[in-house]
Amino acid sequence: MISFNKVTKIYQEDTTVLQDISFEIEQGEFVSFVGKSGAGKTTLLRLLLGMEKPTSGEVYFQGINIGNADSSQIQTIRRKIGGIYQDYKLLPTKTVYENVAYILAVEGKENEEIEEEVPKVLEIIGLKDKVNNFPNELSGGEQQRLAIARALVNHPEVIVADEPTGNLDPYNTYEVISLLEKINRTGRTVILSTHDREVINKLGKRVITIENGKMIRDEAKGRFII
Amino acid sequence: MLTNFFRVFNFALTDFNRNKGVTIATIFVLVVIIMLATWLFIFQGLTGFLISQVQDKIDVTAYFKEGTFEEDILKVKSEILVMSPNIKEVEYVSQDKALEIFAENHQDSEVISKALEEVGSNPFLPSLNITTSGDPAEYEEIANILQTDQYADLVDNVDFYEKKDTIEKVYAITKNINIGGLILTAILVIISVLVVFNTTKLAVDSSKDEIGTMKLVGASNWFIRGPFIIQGAIYGIIAFVISMALSAASAYALSSKIAFILPGFSLAEFFTSNIWIFILIQLAFGAGLGMLTSYVAVRKYLKN
Repeated sequence: MISFNKVTKIYQEDTTVLQDISFEIEQGEFVSFVGKSGAGKTTLLRLLLGMEKPTSGEVYFQGINIGNADSSQIQTIRRKIGGIYQDYKLLPTKTVYENVAYILAVEGKENEEIEEEVPKVLEIIGLKDKVNNFPNELSGGEQQRLAIARALVNHPEVIVADEPTGNLDPYNTYEVISLLEKINRTGRTVILSTHDREVINKLGKRVITIENGKMIRDEAKGRFII
Repeated sequence: MLTNFFRVFNFALTDFNRNKGVTIATIFVLVVIIMLATWLFIFQGLTGFLISQVQDKIDVTAYFKEGTFEEDILKVKSEILVMSPNIKEVEYVSQDKALEIFAENHQDSEVISKALEEVGSNPFLPSLNITTSGDPAEYEEIANILQTDQYADLVDNVDFYEKKDTIEKVYAITKNINIGGLILTAILVIISVLVVFNTTKLAVDSSKDEIGTMKLVGASNWFIRGPFIIQGAIYGIIAFVISMALSAASAYALSSKIAFILPGFSLAEFFTSNIWIFILIQLAFGAGLGMLTSYVAVRKYLKN
């Protein structure tokens, strides 16, 4: 489903962020990228979302070479990947309801479907009482749950979570990781990027370890070892 | 397609309602710019009126020999109209008419009345008063035509060379006023674009992260850009309505005062007769600039 083939990313002549990275991710897998801050985890995800182009090598999503994809292909790929981020990346001028509905609107879904789907997802995620609130009126945990609701609402094939627990307390961290596991159990691919040792060790899933831009380990049931 | 358009329109209206501070500031700036453009156009109307008033007083006169038949003079008149397309007006003044005008102009002067009586006969020559757009070269061309051998038996004298200095001075002044007007317009257009662009840019800059997120979730460029452009249009249309009301009110209120300074010029009439140009200018500076600058300001953040 996702394939990185000898991917190198160099920002300036002497700043190599990723070097010769190769791996494949199958549909339905739960894969964690671990590494220290600045190891290159976020760059890997940016390459997958088409926000960056590799300096060399190829990144494939469902057979499409993202580096050569045109803007409409990139848009299609991004709609198939639900994103959850450390800084939530919510739309601050839109309400909770509108943040989630926006994703379906982007896909051109009919109003009836939006009116049906959005309350359902907000109820599952526990935000149905806050539909008219703006993101800055929510707590950190609620904002992250909203980000998850937004990532799930259009039933994407892949969920990408970039340090999703970075700003959360242990209780909310546990909640978010449990949700990601639940999502994975429905058959969706989950890619988690984190430097949270405890989270990784509890998961017991595939772990790809990145250090200084190089892939140093890829274990089916990995632990956080740096 | 239609659903998407309504959605984009709805997003624009919602953002417009929620960002009241930005909305008011942007509309205020647009009204100022539109009013500047409007008053520049009115100023050009005023200077145009002044220039035409001065130019209408400038002419060259071709005096015909005593005894020249009226039909010969009128024939010359139609010939020069064909030969020189720059002529704005040619007025035939007969000997009697010239005397009548002179007498009327000097009716209060006893000395002149007595002098005319002493002369006994009509001392004036029939003439053609010729007006062009004001260019000295045009007047010279007509003077030269009238002084060729073709008209030597009819034309006594053309007073171009006596009036040459005045014609040149008036022409230079009007030309400079026109150039000054053009430069002023160009400067104003540049300033307007920059001011409106910066105002729109500030509004768009505050949504920089939001645009990034919209890109990240797979929104198309038009889906992101649309609400900003529609908001720009809404700002512009509201600014247009306010400016139109202000312009109409000020045109009618100041009309009598301007007519007092500049007799013959009615600002209210100028406004009414040029209403479509005013609408065009105000819409172009309001909605046009609002939309265009929104388009450009958002483009920067749509690259990734």
